[in-house]
Amino acid sequence: MPSIVKPMVTHPGLERNALGLSIRDYEGGMSTLCAGCGHDSVTAAITHALWESGTPPHMIAKLSGIGCSAKTAAYFARGAHGFNGCHGRMPPIATGASAANRDLLCIGISGDGDSLSIGLGHLAHLVRRNVRMVYVIENNGVYGLTKGQFSASADVGSTTKRGEANHLQPIDPIFLGLSVGATFLARGFSGDKRQLVPIFRAAMAHRGLAIIDVISPCVTFNDHEGSTKSYLFTRQHDVQMTVTDFVPPAEEISATIPDEGVVSIPMHDGATLRFRTVPDGYDPTDRMAVIEHLLSARGRGEIVTGLLYIDEQSSDLHELGNTTYRPLTQVPYDKLCPGSAALAGVGFR
Amino acid sequence: MNPTDTSDPNYFHRVVDCQWACPAHTNVPEYIRLIAQGRYSDAYMSNRESNVFPGILGRTCDRPCEPACRRSRIDGSPVAICRLKRVASDLRGDIADRLPVIPSSKSGRRVVCVGAGPASLTVANDLMPLGYDVVILEQHDQAGGLMRTNIPAFRLPAEVIDEEIATIVDMGVELRLNTPVASLRSLLEQDFDAVFIGTGAPRGKDLDVPGRHESDRIHIGIDWLESVAFGHTEKIGERVLIIGVGNTAMDCCRSSLRLGGTDIKVMARRPRSFFKASSWELEDAEEEGVEILVNHAPTRFVIEDGRLVGMEFQRLDWDEQARHSTVLDTVVIPCDDVILAIGQENAFPWIERDLGLEVGEWDMPVVDPVTFQSSLPGVFFGGDSAMGPKNIIWAVEHGHQAAISMHNHCEGIPVGSRPPQGINLVSQKMGLAEWSYHNDYNPSTRQRMQHVELTRRFQSIGTEVEVGFSAEQTAREVQRCLNCDIQTVFQAPLCIECDACIDICPVQCLTITENGDEPDLRTRLMAPAKNLDQALYVSAALPQTGRVMVKDEDLCVHCGLCAERCPTAAWDMQKFELLIPLAVSTPIPVAT
Ligand SMILES: Cc1cc2nc3c(=O)[nH]c(=O)nc-3n(C[C@H](O)[C@H](O)[C@H](O)COP(=O)(O)OP(=O)(O)OC[C@H]3O[C@@H](n4cnc5c(N)ncnc54)[C@H](O)[C@@H]3O)c2cc1C
Ligand SMILES: Cc1ncc(C[n+]2csc(CCOP(=O)(O)OP(=O)(O)O)c2C)c(N)n1
Ligand code: SF4
Ligand code: SF4
Ligand code: SF4
Ligand SMILES: [Mg+2]
Repeated sequence: MPSIVKPMVTHPGLERNALGLSIRDYEGGMSTLCAGCGHDSVTAAITHALWESGTPPHMIAKLSGIGCSAKTAAYFARGAHGFNGCHGRMPPIATGASAANRDLLCIGISGDGDSLSIGLGHLAHLVRRNVRMVYVIENNGVYGLTKGQFSASADVGSTTKRGEANHLQPIDPIFLGLSVGATFLARGFSGDKRQLVPIFRAAMAHRGLAIIDVISPCVTFNDHEGSTKSYLFTRQHDVQMTVTDFVPPAEEISATIPDEGVVSIPMHDGATLRFRTVPDGYDPTDRMAVIEHLLSARGRGEIVTGLLYIDEQSSDLHELGNTTYRPLTQVPYDKLCPGSAALAGVGFR
Repeated sequence: MNPTDTSDPNYFHRVVDCQWACPAHTNVPEYIRLIAQGRYSDAYMSNRESNVFPGILGRTCDRPCEPACRRSRIDGSPVAICRLKRVASDLRGDIADRLPVIPSSKSGRRVVCVGAGPASLTVANDLMPLGYDVVILEQHDQAGGLMRTNIPAFRLPAEVIDEEIATIVDMGVELRLNTPVASLRSLLEQDFDAVFIGTGAPRGKDLDVPGRHESDRIHIGIDWLESVAFGHTEKIGERVLIIGVGNTAMDCCRSSLRLGGTDIKVMARRPRSFFKASSWELEDAEEEGVEILVNHAPTRFVIEDGRLVGMEFQRLDWDEQARHSTVLDTVVIPCDDVILAIGQENAFPWIERDLGLEVGEWDMPVVDPVTFQSSLPGVFFGGDSAMGPKNIIWAVEHGHQAAISMHNHCEGIPVGSRPPQGINLVSQKMGLAEWSYHNDYNPSTRQRMQHVELTRRFQSIGTEVEVGFSAEQTAREVQRCLNCDIQTVFQAPLCIECDACIDICPVQCLTITENGDEPDLRTRLMAPAKNLDQALYVSAALPQTGRVMVKDEDLCVHCGLCAERCPTAAWDMQKFELLIPLAVSTPIPVAT
């Protein structure tokens, strides 16, 4: 435990967002994670993106399961709603929260164990339903909270701190997403906020489920030489597939960016995503091409990062389910619950 | 930028803004922590080492440390450093056995100091422990210089001066009172190994306008204060005009209120933002009902039937920088007395001009600003006599430096050879997340000094106005100190660039980025580094990416969280101690 909580003293020149809030207003409780844990950096990037987006804290819902990663939902946006569910069971809770109020910005925080081991089934269905939320997987290849056992994302041949190798095939959440119809897939690295913050902003503006797989080293159990999820390994093998700029709708951009390799994608809320692709002709909207690129990169042992796939055309949970525009809390009770008589009628039809 | 060289004592010293600004480099955060722990005698001794007169300075210091204090950049007001110094002095126990030991066998060196002000007393304080015989010659019947004769007793009680001077004189100094020196030549002819001149800037500036010599109710400020201090003047008229708005003027107006004055006006030539007086002195005078009139330039004394009845002023309209003015009109302000407080000058009527002692501009001796030696080897100056009127803490620092030079001179070491400053850095880590200092930020606001009620204040000139901090006030004020001497010390090879320190820093001091030149780097940090007076720390290239760690020292609150959240202990919190050379630390040459 840190000796003190981060004091509320601030830089006198602290900037304010459109709501008049500073970034400090989007912080949460003091982290109790290990010093140097990648998850804390992801928290800082989320905090930054939330502040930039100017979302009122009370319009944010934070959802998580169990794990060091899941704990971090408590470390940002102290003014937001939050629900900490069972291990791997955050997706159904999030589905409910999102269905009940389409105005909420739902942010799910999960780990590789939480999402890809115990919670894999729930995650797949969350993707199928295209629940409108930001889904962050803080991926460190291990179960951090339970002292470093391999998770389902551990690469074949990578070792534990004590030297035992993993022989099981890893589950890559990006491939998983591509195969079950995900509409926004990105990968980042906790050690690179320059890339991570715009990805989070784009994810927050996406109409549908945005999965961000963030390599987030477990400094205590998986930051050693045999790890493929350490700070050093990630830095040595990181290939930036796309460089993403998020251009919010309010800001008029007059400068012209050199067109070569730039793909602009208008988003549902009027914002624009601008990709500068690093390899020639990488098209983040072409699912087949993306799969091909990713497979060949995997063959070369590269960790590709960036916003890798996006589809702004598909319908989300609300369109698919024809949900109400009014948050359920504001729907009159007699409408929410039509009464036993009406229900009896439904039952015997 | 090149990696910062933190082995240069100036780097970390600069981070301790107060210590850097203090002419004597008092270790402020250290003594504040000692006060916080109730170790008042330790706090007093830590002060005494550098500033010699903690009790006197705890009431009267010009406190250049306070405008420099980092806390004012954080919440708008500095730590009440000066008031805390007084707490240490008021609450300390007996320190007799902690004073430097005076050798019983003397070195045989004899030096003389002219004048018994703070400069000379510091020289004596520094040389006595080295076995010197020190003789002080003072024209008045009491020691202390302007601290005794000019700073009024309601700001600085006599007992405080007595006690701190006795500490020095009791080391065995030969203090000869009532001994004005009338000739430097005769002094040089006597058997002294070195001479120190600490005679101050004894002459108050006069205002030669019509009527000046037609009344005995026109006084020169510092002479008038002296005659008040010695009890020769016990009364003044009801309506008093003070000309000038420096600190002397503040003492004159407030003294007048205690000697029968009821309608006191301080007349300033220029607008308020150009006043010389310290803000707190102005505040205290106005609290007592003194009126301050701006933009009034005195033109003549109005004398009727041989009696002073008023003074005539031009009312001025100034441009923005107060460089040029136009006269609006002329007014006469009636009064019974006028006190001139428009500055002090040096005067050395007793120094013969054919001794070879070089005299420069404004009849000031030419004095080396490092060694304080004049052009006559073995003759040194310090305090107001060396560089013109300054203040007590500068006089003390001059005394320290002159003592080093005098010792060098006596030992046959070139006076210019100065013992170097040293530093100590000691980790404050006590456990995984445990520090030996109170690292949390305390949001308390600056404590206000309580004053004796106005009615009681004017009954006697000796009633001290400031009552000192209460225990509660002290407890709050000590926690406002940001422990700037507990330095953030970085080791680039250990950093794995996890960003933990950067994310946790409450005031966005830290950035990992590509190196660049300073102006460019200053714009690329977590928060732009706009305060150019504050250094940027730049590390060596970091192992994983070759980027650099940059710290903007400006607003660091020394909370230690960067060090606590660092997984590799690349950051550590280490207490910086500046080893200040004094005469005692001058190496004694080995006899060959
Ligand atoms: C009204 C007033 C208020 C002040 N208030 C403050 C304050 O609040 N805080 C602060 O820091 N500073 C203050 N100062 C300034 C401060 O007092 C001086 O800067 C400081 O005392 C200078 O010390 P010194 O040792 O150089 O000389 P001084 O203190 O001037 O001492 C010189 C001594 O030499 C003696 N002397 C002079 N000529 C001879 C001679 N020929 N033979 C023998 N003896 C001689 C004098 O009698 C005197 O005792 C104030 C000054 C004035 C005038
Ligand atoms: C139902 C259930 N099974 C097992 C556990 C034990 N458990 C707690 S956290 C965790 C793994 C967390 O791993 P991950 O999601 O990768 O999070 P990390 O700690 O690595 O961030 C496990 C297995 C549990 N809490 N509940
Ligand atoms: S165990 Fe690993 S994942 Fe958990 S807090 Fe520590 S470093 Fe982070
Ligand atoms: S001690 Fe470290 S964390 Fe605290 S303010 Fe200074 S740089 Fe920031
Ligand atoms: S916390 Fe330590 S290892 Fe991490 S970036 Fe800061 S100095 Fe480097
Ligand atoms: Mg994990």
